[in-house]
Amino acid sequence: MKQFKGRPVVAGKCEAEALVSHGGFNTLASFQGALQFGEIPILGSKYKQTECDDQNNADLYRKPMLNKALCLPQTIGSTTGGMVLYCANALGKAPSCMLFSEHIDSLAAAGAVLSAVWTEKPMVTVDCLGDEFLSYVKDGMKITVEEDGTVTVE
Amino acid sequence: MDYKMQLTDEQLALLNGSKGETMAKVMKTLVMYGDAFGAEKMVPVTSEKGHLVTSFGLKVMKPVYDLMDQLIAGGALSGQKFSVDPKPLDPNVPKGLLDNIVFTKLMYSMQDNYDAQLNKLGLIDKNSYTCTCYMDEVGNKPNKGDILSWAESSAVVYANSVLGAKCNRNSGIIELFGSIIGYVPYFGLLTDEGRKATWIIEVNTTKKPEAQVLGSAIGMKVMEDVPYVKGMNKWLGTELTDDVCAYLKDFGAATASNGAVGLYHIADLTPEAKEAGEDIIAEGAKVYVIDDAELERVKNNYPVMWKDKNAAPELCFVGCPHLSLAQLNEWTDNVVAGLKKNGLKKVSVPTVFTAAPGVKEAFEKTAKAKELADTGVVLSYICPLMYMNNPLCKKKNVITNSNKLRTYTTSRYYTSDEILDIITKEVK
Repeated sequence: MKQFKGRPVVAGKCEAEALVSHGGFNTLASFQGALQFGEIPILGSKYKQTECDDQNNADLYRKPMLNKALCLPQTIGSTTGGMVLYCANALGKAPSCMLFSEHIDSLAAAGAVLSAVWTEKPMVTVDCLGDEFLSYVKDGMKITVEEDGTVTVE
Repeated sequence: MDYKMQLTDEQLALLNGSKGETMAKVMKTLVMYGDAFGAEKMVPVTSEKGHLVTSFGLKVMKPVYDLMDQLIAGGALSGQKFSVDPKPLDPNVPKGLLDNIVFTKLMYSMQDNYDAQLNKLGLIDKNSYTCTCYMDEVGNKPNKGDILSWAESSAVVYANSVLGAKCNRNSGIIELFGSIIGYVPYFGLLTDEGRKATWIIEVNTTKKPEAQVLGSAIGMKVMEDVPYVKGMNKWLGTELTDDVCAYLKDFGAATASNGAVGLYHIADLTPEAKEAGEDIIAEGAKVYVIDDAELERVKNNYPVMWKDKNAAPELCFVGCPHLSLAQLNEWTDNVVAGLKKNGLKKVSVPTVFTAAPGVKEAFEKTAKAKELADTGVVLSYICPLMYMNNPLCKKKNVITNSNKLRTYTTSRYYTSDEILDIITKEVK
């Protein structure tokens, strides 16, 4: 077990299983399948658990993201990113929390803040957890997030 | 709410509801967003027009439509007119009956409603749908030093780097909020410090690098940092001609989509690099050397998502980001010459060139429009990325010279020369 102290961007408590992206997380590419087709019969069958659709992300491609503790350095790609996160959260298709090893980027911050202000269900978001956090955490580990940005990995 | 930013009396009043609850929530969003980056204040948006990234009426984006309805009902409209990214559908672009049903009934069934919302919020006009709003034919070209509240990664990186405007890599919705309030949080690429290069890129290639591969290599390496690129003068010169701007448009789009670059400097070429020289490089900047082998390595590592990697291409897209008028002319000349050389009259792969409605209109006034139409190439205002984002297209063998399109779809990347060769030769 190890604890890491980060900065709460959207504070809250959360417990979830870790899902780790070591490279930049392309929000649009990752969520596009689940958001567009998740509810469409037949077409959406492989996106029921918000399976990652980014073929360039070897860590996450085709892995379910729903209700996971998504551990990542930063997000990259299209500037629809924040809006995509906001939609995913509002539609109940998002990870439980997002845990950034680096300082949060502008797109992910937008998604986190939009969810906090405009939905009833803010997505817990912590950044600045450090490189060691991303080296230590592995898929499937248990993550507990506290209001003050303390993240326990076990 | 707790916040750290220094707000003016006017901004504080907005936050406290002087213009209603909806405006207060818009302001609260921007204040929280700025606080996440340690912004000390908000600064006025000084560009004449805004640009939004979200143009598509996807059924699943209900939370966005609900939010837009709240804005409209609450009188929180944009204080500046704005352009928006390209539409996802065009009846002229080849597609089958099933595609039509999926596109119009299942995916983009909210398009008309969303267009109406954009009109109410402040869309310039019905021709303002493009990712290259800064083209002369479109007319949303900010001045050097202007502070923008834009989104669309390729437009933001172009405005910052080539035009010398100042804009963060804002997300969809946040960019609209800046245009509504008229202020944006002051951090990142709006500040002098944030515009300094933290990477030096040394380009040592034996031929002019393909813009989309060079941009991709740099984007994947520097992610969201600011690169200062050396060694390009022998390929691009020192003046921002139409051809050079088109090259930088495609280069920038690749840096932004394969990484998260919002600003780059090209030595002796882009405005701030010309003015400040190497003073714009931050202390301790890292170095990345790019030679022919490195570009080849990067290109060879792109995953090919086709089921049958040897299958013949079924569709070709050129123009992501949208083509400039000069690029349209050049592509037309090249396709005509290529077909003539190979003894063909029409392109051998259904091909779509995409450009802004204003650019398309200007091109269609020239004799080249008929030349292009005679080759069988379709010219469209569509967004290829949105067109391809569906399970039917995922199964299609689509080729493109766009690294952005490759990143987000199952399309297969080829260089522009390779694309030209493929579409002007008989399919075997």
